[in-house]
Amino acid sequence: MHFGLTEEQQLLQETVRGFASGECPPARLRELFDTGEGHDPALWKGLAEMGLTGLLLPEAHGGAGLGLLEQALVMEELGAAALPSPLLGHTLAGLAIALGGSDAQRARWLPALATGEKIAGIAVAEAEGWDPETWALRLEGGRLEGRKRFVPHARHADLLVAGVAGGGLAVVESGAAGLGVEDTPGVDLAHPLAELQFAGAAAEALAGDAGAAQRVRDAALVLLAADAFGAAWRLVSMTVDYAKQREQFGQPIAQFQAVKHELADMATAVEPSRALIWYAAHAFDALPDEAPRAAAVAKAHVCARACEVGRSAVELHGGIGFTWECDVQIWLKRALFDRAFFGTPEHQHARIAALADW
Amino acid sequence: MDLSYGEEYEVFRRELRDFLRGWPLTGAEAELPPEEQEQLFRKRGIEAGYVYRSIPAEYGGAGLESNAIFDRVIQEEYLASGAPGNKLDQGPGLLAPTLLEFGTEEQKRELIPPTLAGEMQWCQGYSEPGSGSDLASLQTTAKLEGDEWVLHGQKIWTSNAQNADMMFGLFRTEPDAGKHAGISYLLVPVKQPGVDVRPLKQITGSLEFNEVFFDGARAPAKNLVGKRGEGWTISRATLKHERNLIGNPRLMTGQFEVLLATARATQKNGRPAIEDPTVRARIAELECWVRACETTNLRMFSAQARGEELSVMLSMMMIKLFSTQVMDKIALAAYDLIGSEALLAPFAENDSIYDTSGTRAGVAHNYFFSLGPAIAGGASNIQRNIIGERGLGLPRDLRR
Repeated sequence: MHFGLTEEQQLLQETVRGFASGECPPARLRELFDTGEGHDPALWKGLAEMGLTGLLLPEAHGGAGLGLLEQALVMEELGAAALPSPLLGHTLAGLAIALGGSDAQRARWLPALATGEKIAGIAVAEAEGWDPETWALRLEGGRLEGRKRFVPHARHADLLVAGVAGGGLAVVESGAAGLGVEDTPGVDLAHPLAELQFAGAAAEALAGDAGAAQRVRDAALVLLAADAFGAAWRLVSMTVDYAKQREQFGQPIAQFQAVKHELADMATAVEPSRALIWYAAHAFDALPDEAPRAAAVAKAHVCARACEVGRSAVELHGGIGFTWECDVQIWLKRALFDRAFFGTPEHQHARIAALADW
Repeated sequence: MDLSYGEEYEVFRRELRDFLRGWPLTGAEAELPPEEQEQLFRKRGIEAGYVYRSIPAEYGGAGLESNAIFDRVIQEEYLASGAPGNKLDQGPGLLAPTLLEFGTEEQKRELIPPTLAGEMQWCQGYSEPGSGSDLASLQTTAKLEGDEWVLHGQKIWTSNAQNADMMFGLFRTEPDAGKHAGISYLLVPVKQPGVDVRPLKQITGSLEFNEVFFDGARAPAKNLVGKRGEGWTISRATLKHERNLIGNPRLMTGQFEVLLATARATQKNGRPAIEDPTVRARIAELECWVRACETTNLRMFSAQARGEELSVMLSMMMIKLFSTQVMDKIALAAYDLIGSEALLAPFAENDSIYDTSGTRAGVAHNYFFSLGPAIAGGASNIQRNIIGERGLGLPRDLRR
């Protein structure tokens, strides 16, 4: 019985934390954030050198063969650092190929994704929603027709995994003729979004397990929850730090119980989510029957809490909190991205109810 | 991660389940009064090593080595079977662990066995009319005269005092010492002329609360736990046990089950409310809170079982506040479920537990009863101070 992290898992998390604070300190983060580019090749190279671009991928194809729990710990740290990178979509696309691809497809694409030499992206949402059963993108005769929305880092991706009608997955090279990419300004400048128009773009269906898309969705929910959790704790700790040094009425504002109690409530809203994420990630790795529901529970709960503490963080910072200059906005906007991407808490609640035994 | 308990524990679980098939009692034993049946089965549980497992045999327990995982398996299986196991009320739940830690050999031998057996009932004497959150300002005095403590003053919000044989409590014994250093932890017989127990009607309508007046009441000198002036420190240990009891997620999962039962039993638009999408979404959201509490508890349990308590200190500080917040949400959802009928809900005749009937009266009872844990064992704003100051390192309030 051990519901906790191994030393290796703790070390992985600490390593990523150290990398993020060393290579993406606040000043650098601010530069990156303000450009809206959402990607820094130097940071990407660092992530790749730590093996994070292939963490979930099979060792046979150059990956580390680790589980979603390890990936979630990485995402928590990237969320805590608000580190801009295409790693979320890259990870999900790689997982899609690993789970849904044939042996030949895996051998063809995964090694370059595992090393980070190539970047992959994921194209999921359509007008009707995020879940595989709602996808309408048509794949006929190796050609895609339709459109995808809210695709993160599409401009940085070398290849894209797109969900197609019937709940399948297809791979399309990003330079393919008939693929139009239109930038659609997003809420979080660390996650540049685009709309994709497919007008006969050449694509290849993933030929393996038909359930891969559902698994990718579950993984996405856990990773978004982990990212939001990291962001939420950062919002709490930066507000704690501010309240300790900001003085009014001749004392640090943290000494006023109104402030102290709001901070305590923020932390109490966030910290119990940690176990929800661990459980959902572990369920994905080891308890497949529980995984879809546990993932939805983690996503719904953590993202809702992250946005709440984000609002409290702005409010407790006072006037400076309302400015562009104040870094609080970076994490609040990250939490908002995590909240809506792959479906809002409200959407997850409906799924949780649909999957319930009550 | 490994959520299985392992073969050793599964064997233990199977043996325990066999044992628990002995409840309810059958034959002539089933004719005994209910309380005697419970006592009998509890005694068998002690002999079999399942009840009061790690309390030494000379003090009335099973005398086995402490093991958090065995304890959890026992808790799970006893709850599932409904059989009488560890009692968790004031005596066994709060005083016994405190005596094990701080009591004299004589106190342990004389007091723990009848307490565990339910033969000696206890109440907790902490709060006073002028001393709630600022408990250390308490004024009830105990003065040593010969070989007896003589007590004057008043305790309040004293649950179970009407049934109690004894009170464990805090009394000012060192009037010249500081606020905290002047307090001692004493064990006081309740049924004596100098003690007057007066019932207070609670918000639920039941009479579990009391005021307890001391006017020259007496306690033997040997009934001091620890040394004179150490009462504050000792009471912190008891309080830790109390907060753990309140933060126990079983309270909450039980309440969530009742919510589900209420949603099944209540009609909305001519159908069971549990089929209504809005109701289902709200229950799903509540279940997220419940799962957060359950998994956090699992994490705390796992860390404690491995001797890694430090890694979960923050969660331990939070769990009471968090649990009571979740219980609030569930109670309100259940109340909303019964809609306008709530106007007609009378109180259930149910003292100190959640009502599991799913009836209007039960829902109303739970709505009010769920307010208690937010106050008992330290009000929520006291918990926020602890989380803020000790957990987040915020500057302390200005206090006198």
